[in-house]
Order: sequence, then structure tokens, then C-alpha cells
Amino acid sequence: MSQGTGSAGQDIGRAPPGRRPVRLPRALHPVAWWCWAIGLATAASRTSNPLLLVLILAVLGLVVALRRSAAPWARGYRFYLLMALVVIAIRVGFSVVFTTGASARDHILLTLPVVPMPSWYSGVRIGGPVSAEAVLSAAADGARLACLLCCIGAANTLANPKRALRVLPGALYELGVAVTVALSVAPQLVESVGRVRRARRLRGAAGPKSGGPKSGGPKSGRHRFGLLRGVAIPVLHDALDRSLRLAAAMDARGYGRTGTATAASRRLTAACLLAGLAGLCLGGYELLDPTVPPAVGVGGFTAGTALAVAGLVLGGRRVSRSRYRPDPWRWPEWVVAASGLACAVVLWANVGYDPAALNPAFYPLHWPSLPVLPAVAILVTAVAAVAAPPVPVPAASAAPGTRPAQAALEPAAGVSQ
Amino acid sequence: MIEFDRVGVRYEDAVAPVLAGVSLRIDEGELCLVIGQTGSGKSTLLGAINGLVPHFTGGTLAGRVLVDGRDTAACPPRELADVVGLVGQDPLAGFVTDTVEEELAYTMEQLAIAPAAMRARCEETLDLLGIADLRHRALLTLSGGQQQRVAIGAALTAHPRVLVLDEPTSALDPTSAEDVLAAITRLVHDLGITVVLAEHRLERVLPYADTIVYLPGDGTAVAGEPAAIMGVAGVVPPVVELGKLAGWEPLPLSVRDARRRAPELRRRLPGQPLAADGRSASGTSRPAAAPAPLLRAHGVVVRYGPLVAVRAVGLALHRGEITALMGRNGSGKSSLLWAIQGSGRRDAGSVSAGPDGADPARLSPAAARRVVGLVPQTPADLLYLDTVRAELAQADRDARAGEPGSADSGSPPGAPGSPPGSAAGILDAIAPGIARDAHPRDLSAGQQLALVLAIQLAAAPAVIALDEPTRGLDYQAKAALTGILAKLAAQGHAIVVATHDVEFATRTCDRVVVMAEGEIVTDDAAATVLTASPTFAPQVAKILAPLPYLTVAQVAAALDSAEPGSRR
Repeated sequence: MSQGTGSAGQDIGRAPPGRRPVRLPRALHPVAWWCWAIGLATAASRTSNPLLLVLILAVLGLVVALRRSAAPWARGYRFYLLMALVVIAIRVGFSVVFTTGASARDHILLTLPVVPMPSWYSGVRIGGPVSAEAVLSAAADGARLACLLCCIGAANTLANPKRALRVLPGALYELGVAVTVALSVAPQLVESVGRVRRARRLRGAAGPKSGGPKSGGPKSGRHRFGLLRGVAIPVLHDALDRSLRLAAAMDARGYGRTGTATAASRRLTAACLLAGLAGLCLGGYELLDPTVPPAVGVGGFTAGTALAVAGLVLGGRRVSRSRYRPDPWRWPEWVVAASGLACAVVLWANVGYDPAALNPAFYPLHWPSLPVLPAVAILVTAVAAVAAPPVPVPAASAAPGTRPAQAALEPAAGVSQ
Repeated sequence: MIEFDRVGVRYEDAVAPVLAGVSLRIDEGELCLVIGQTGSGKSTLLGAINGLVPHFTGGTLAGRVLVDGRDTAACPPRELADVVGLVGQDPLAGFVTDTVEEELAYTMEQLAIAPAAMRARCEETLDLLGIADLRHRALLTLSGGQQQRVAIGAALTAHPRVLVLDEPTSALDPTSAEDVLAAITRLVHDLGITVVLAEHRLERVLPYADTIVYLPGDGTAVAGEPAAIMGVAGVVPPVVELGKLAGWEPLPLSVRDARRRAPELRRRLPGQPLAADGRSASGTSRPAAAPAPLLRAHGVVVRYGPLVAVRAVGLALHRGEITALMGRNGSGKSSLLWAIQGSGRRDAGSVSAGPDGADPARLSPAAARRVVGLVPQTPADLLYLDTVRAELAQADRDARAGEPGSADSGSPPGAPGSPPGSAAGILDAIAPGIARDAHPRDLSAGQQLALVLAIQLAAAPAVIALDEPTRGLDYQAKAALTGILAKLAAQGHAIVVATHDVEFATRTCDRVVVMAEGEIVTDDAAATVLTASPTFAPQVAKILAPLPYLTVAQVAAALDSAEPGSRR
């Protein structure tokens, strides 16, 4: 299927001999991954059924394990998992500390001492009996949020964030460039802070360890200001110099060529975008306001969207630009994106199963039932792990022998001290 | 290809125009070298070719610049991107993306070149510049030379008819600079592309230049054949200087040219250079081997994780001696300097410095800089105030902060000869004429270096260490630095200079220490080390070998005494 041009991978046939060896490794289109992940996230936001949430987590784990690449940005999934655990822990912790009271039928796990609150603050209760029901429903609630986090994390892990930026419509290209530049400038800024801090010591500025006998207590505020000035000003100068040079370089390399656009078409684009955005805002407000008839709200919203899209399309047409090695969109992309979207649709539709099963109550305490259709829909998204082509392995991972020439060798002591 | 018709450029608040009435013509396929001192308008001239001047920099452009028939006054730089490729001094500052391949494609994407053609051009360019093995690497992890080659490649993929390079090697070490210059000459020969190049390292590119544009600094420009221009230019490499001295006509432009004429000169020269003449005539011309070194280091080890940057190095620096620390990038020169100053990392070993033999690492920073003063690789990092005057005043305050009277832990009295105090006085002595109201960041590289040196000298350190001070300096600034260091050595300081610049080391230093892989390989008198191997020798030594001459000044002195009155 994938014929050289679009695929990022050069090495062929990592597929086991049993399968037909036509599937060359390549990166899946980032938009497909995002569709898939957002579909799952939508599904997760609809339910607090722990069984469904665990299913979603399992699918995410499976796909990430099978289809993430070796790039640095793909190593972050465990941090999302960690964050998810923290979210659940905080949610449960809150439900334990700020109790909502328990009825006689609840299963009391433990009883915390009650902290007396002043009468004007009686809305909040701290301490008291902690019921298993309260803890469980808090955990399920936290798990929903954790699941959302993991969905976003999976998308970030599976799709190269920079390639994702490249698919922005032409009119939003500038935004993508700004993000890319910011990402590449950040490490340079860190390096320059380290260098300046080391240099300060050379000027006798009291380093982190000693202030010298003269700068005693009362002066320490001024001293701190001096430190800020001594570090911040050279670093800012550096950053400004660099951004000016970058701007000059980008200008010289053709960034922002106007192409064939005329002044009239530019004005039309701007007008479309502005009117569209205003329409979107108004439409959104009308949709949320119950006193406005829904038809008006929907109409305004649709018109705003249409205008904004027209503006984007027009704006995109005036820039003449091409993409280097664009990611192709073939059947694996369709399958992955469709599976995610189908899952979202099933959990939104509330058809074919009991909607109450999505958000089971824990009072009284009982084992939640597993609604069949949503469970199947979630399991179907696991097809992404098979449909997505294998990840390309970087050809001849060139780096190990060659070392980053200077960075490693210049005295990095100031940073580590 | 490029035509300047009575071009003048004047910036808003400038007293005099940078360029005035410049008319010149650069034909297709030429390699045109632009030379001139710092501040003579080289960058302005180059910027005018692709429209950055005046569209980006501001200022007023008079006259007309035509590039491939297009008037730059009407075309902003972005509309000229398909005709002119521009490569700046600091490649990292011009990168928009973060991997090699995407960077190569960037300009083509802006020019809306079809994806298939883009792919083909990227592959060609990767091969042309020898960077195919780097294609997936992140730009930040490349060495300086590799980055600069990627920057050149990124300009080339758009197939420009003109390539403009503004001092592409001034931020690079010599090895990387050679890589880059080799790539440029290959472009000129293989692709027939028109190249306009501003460059400090004339000795490398001079043999390849078809024309030279010399900017004397008064706004005018002189263009012509290399040999003819070299006769009038104020900035010349040693080989041309020697040619002028010997009266060779036409002037030699490469060591090879000069070597073929040299037998006649060698016959006129005495067998040994005069000992009394230069500082580096023989290494024993001054009481250098003073019994008490000002700094002694034993078994210094610096390591960064698994990497051993300095491997048990012992070093002694003597009063009144200038020591050059040489070696390729990453051989541990900087790490050693920072370790002996006491601010950098030191994992083992001992350092005793100054008259008291204190260990700078144990002193407070204010006291340590009164023993060893270090000028780092990017001197501007030390400057943070608005005016030169404020920096100097602050330097005086800093210097007093570490005074012995202030009960600081045993800081020694300053070096002999120069009382601690006025940084302004020191600055005037080493580099007169720097405006006090100027912003330190607006100074040229050489002036910034002088200012930082003055700030460090205000604390009167016994030992002065300079890390790569010659980066980005032109011939004049280097000569000035040589003079400054000689004066300081005469005042009794011990000086150590980490440098790649063989010509500078030849003129400046008494002793050369060569490092490799964190160890000291050679430690001997400059004359001995620098004449030992032909690759590591200054141009004059290459031309006059086997005679042990190193500098043009030595040859001049020898000729004067051998045949008085024969010159001029």
C-alpha cells in the first residue's frame, strides 16, 4: 500500500512472515490519531461506569504499547498515567476529608474526627464518617477525568505533535510556525541562562553560596534584584538578538510571500473571519440561553461556522505554499479515525442500551452492570492497534557515536551547582 | 547578475552614511569576496543584495540595486527568496524548524515547490554538502560546522542564482570553518552559483576568489582583481603582507604561490631571526622562566557524567609569560580554564594561585577573581547595564567588594604594577575611544572584549585567562589584542589564552600548550611547537621553512639589519 513517497520509513519487512509483508512501516496521519483519541475521550466523558472506563484505559494502553515510536515525545505516556493516578487520589482524598454525611444504610469504612467549623461557614464539613459508597463514586468520578487525561496523553504519544501542527489549514500556518519556533527556542534559552549565571560568578557577583560579608540582611532584597538584573538582562538581550536574526532569516527565506492575493481578496478574507467568529460567539451564547428559541441559536451558530470556514479557506487560498513529505491519508487512517468516532457516537446516542447503565449509582452499594453495546464500541477502537501500520524505526540511529560537540564539554558546572 | 548603481545607505540616527556612491557589478558564477574592517559596512552591502537593507533594517537606500534584473527597492526580501539565498553568522539563530531534513525543505515550502521536486532536491543537497547521515538529527545536537553546512543547504535547495554568506565561519572553530569553506568552494566550482562572501579568514578563501570588494570604511567600495585589491587593502593575511615586504609582483595569494617565490627571499635572510626582536623569537628572550609561578595546578580532573573533559592535568603559569592553550574543540581547554579559575567544576586536583598560593575554588567569587580573572567565550554575558560608563562604575564597585580590608577570606593583594581601581582608566589604556554613553551591546566584538577585559582587570588579578578571545575579531582587532596582552605581561601578569588561531598564537604567545582528549600533549616554547609540523604552522613558517621565522615582523627586522636601507 504505502509506496515510498509518503512513508517516513525506509526499512521494509519487519512484519512477521505469517502476515503478508506489504505493510511498510510508516507514521499514521496525526489527525487520524487525534480523531481516534478525541472519540474515546468523548466516550469517556459520557460515562462513570468503572467497567467501561477500565475498558477504555485498557484499549489506550494496548494501542500505545504497540504503536508508539521511539522518539522523545513518545516517551511521555507514563507521565499521563501518573497524572491520572494523582487525579483519582486527589478526588478520593477530597471525598474523605470533606464528607457529605452518610445515611444509616451506608457502609462506613472509618470515622474521622470532626473539625468544628464556625457557624457562618457551615456549608463545608470536615471529618466525620466516611462511607464506601462515597469513596467509590468519587473514585469513579476521578477515573472519568483520569481517562480523559489518558486519551489526550495517548494522542500526544502516538502522533508527532509537530506533524500535527503541519496539518493546520493554510490560514493558520503562522500559528503553527510560532509554536514550532517557541519549542526550538526554549532549550536555547535554558542554555543561555546557565551560561550567564556562570559568567556572573566571574564578575565576583555572589554566587548561590555566599553573599559576601558586606551584603548583610537588610540588603538581601536589593541583592536579589541585582541577581535578577544580572541574569535576566543578558538573557533577554540574547533572546531579542536571536529573534531579530530569526526574523531576518525567515524573511530572507520567503516566509510570508504574498503570492497572488490582491488587496481586495485580503479584505474579504478578514471580513469573513471576523464576521464568522462573531457569529460563533453569538450562536454559542444563544444556544446556552434557554430563553432564546433553539432554532435561532442553531442558525447563528451554523452561520458563524460557515463564515469562519469560508474565511479560512479563502485565507488558505491566498498563501502559496507547499508541504514537504505530507502525511498520506489512506485506509488505515480511515479505519482508525472511524473507530474512534463510532465509539463517541454510540455513547452519545443513548440508543440500544439503558442510558442509566453509563452512570450507575453506588447507593445502594452494588456491582455495576456492563452495557453491551458501549462495551463493544469501546473494544472496537482497539482495532487501531492492528489497522495502524507499524512504526518506522529510525534508519541507522546515527547519533550514538557523535556527541553534541560543544554543549557537553563547556563547563556546565554553574548549572549543576 | 548583481549590479550596484551609485548605492548609498544611511541609517536613521547615524552621523555618516554606511555606504555612499557604491557602484559595482558581480557577474554570474563569480566568487566575490567582501573584505573590510568590522563596522565598514560589509553586512549592509550584503543585506542590500537581498533587500534586507532597507526593508528589514530600516534606513534609506539611495541609488539602485539590481539582482537578476529585479530592483530590490521594489521587492522585499521574501519576494527575492527564489533568487538570493542568505546564510548568516550564527546558523542556529536562523533555523526555523528543528530537524535537518525539515530545515532543508523550509524555503522550498515557502516557494510552493511541488512535493516530488522538493524531495529530489533535498536528497541532492544532502549529498552535495555531505550531510546525508545527519538527515534525521535534531539541529541543536549538531556541531557548529555541521549546523552551518545545513544552513547553506537550506539556502541552496531553493536553487537560488546568488548565494550570500555573511561571515559564515566567524563563530566556528578552524576545523568546522574548513569544512564550511570547502563546501562553499565546491559549490562555486560544481554548480557555477554566484557567491558573495564576507569573511575574516582571508587566508583560506583568498586563493579561490574571482573578485574582491574592499570597503575601506569611509562608505566607498573598491572592486577588482584579488591581487590588485590586496595591494591597497588594509586587511591582508600574512602571506600577502610577506609578499608586500619582499616586493613580489603580482602579490601571492596562497602559500603555494609564495613558496615558489621564496628561495630568493630565504637567501637574503640570516639563518636565525633576531632574538631581541619579537616576543616569541626564541622563548628565552625575556626572563620568562621566573622561579615562582603565579599559578600551579596539579592533577586537575573535570568530568561531566561519564565524560572526562580534563584528565589529571598539571600546569604552571609564570609571571610575565603568555601561554597559548591550543587543541581541537572538546579537548578540554575551556573546562581547564574554568577549573583553575575556581568557578568551574573540578573533581580532583589542587590549584594554588597568586602570591599567597590560595586555591581560588575555596575563595569567595569576589576574592577568586582577584587571583584569577577569566574572560569567557561570550564576553557579553558579563554585561548587563545600559551604558559603558555604568558598567565601568559597577566594575569598580565589584573590585572593591573583594578587597582584603573587607574581611574576605584571605584574598591576596592584587598583581604587581596595576593598582586596583579605575576600570575606566584601564579601558582607556587598552582600547581608547570607546564612547562612554554607548550601549555595551552595540559595541563591536573587539570593543566588547576590551570592555570585559577592563572590568576583569579592575580587580587586578594576578593571572588572566581568556577563553577564545579571537572569535569574530578582524585582523586589526587581533593585533590590538596582541598589544594589550603584551603590555599586561610586561606588567607582571601571568596570561593564558585558549585559542584555535595559529597566527594569533604566533604573534602573541611565548609558550604553547597543546591539549588532546583532556590531556596535555605538548608544552614548549611557541617557536618550537609552531614550527614542529607543517600543518600546525603559521603561514610565514610554511613559506620560509626550513628557516625558523614565524612572523612578518621578524622577517622585516631581519631584512632591516641584514641589508639596512634596502627597504622602501
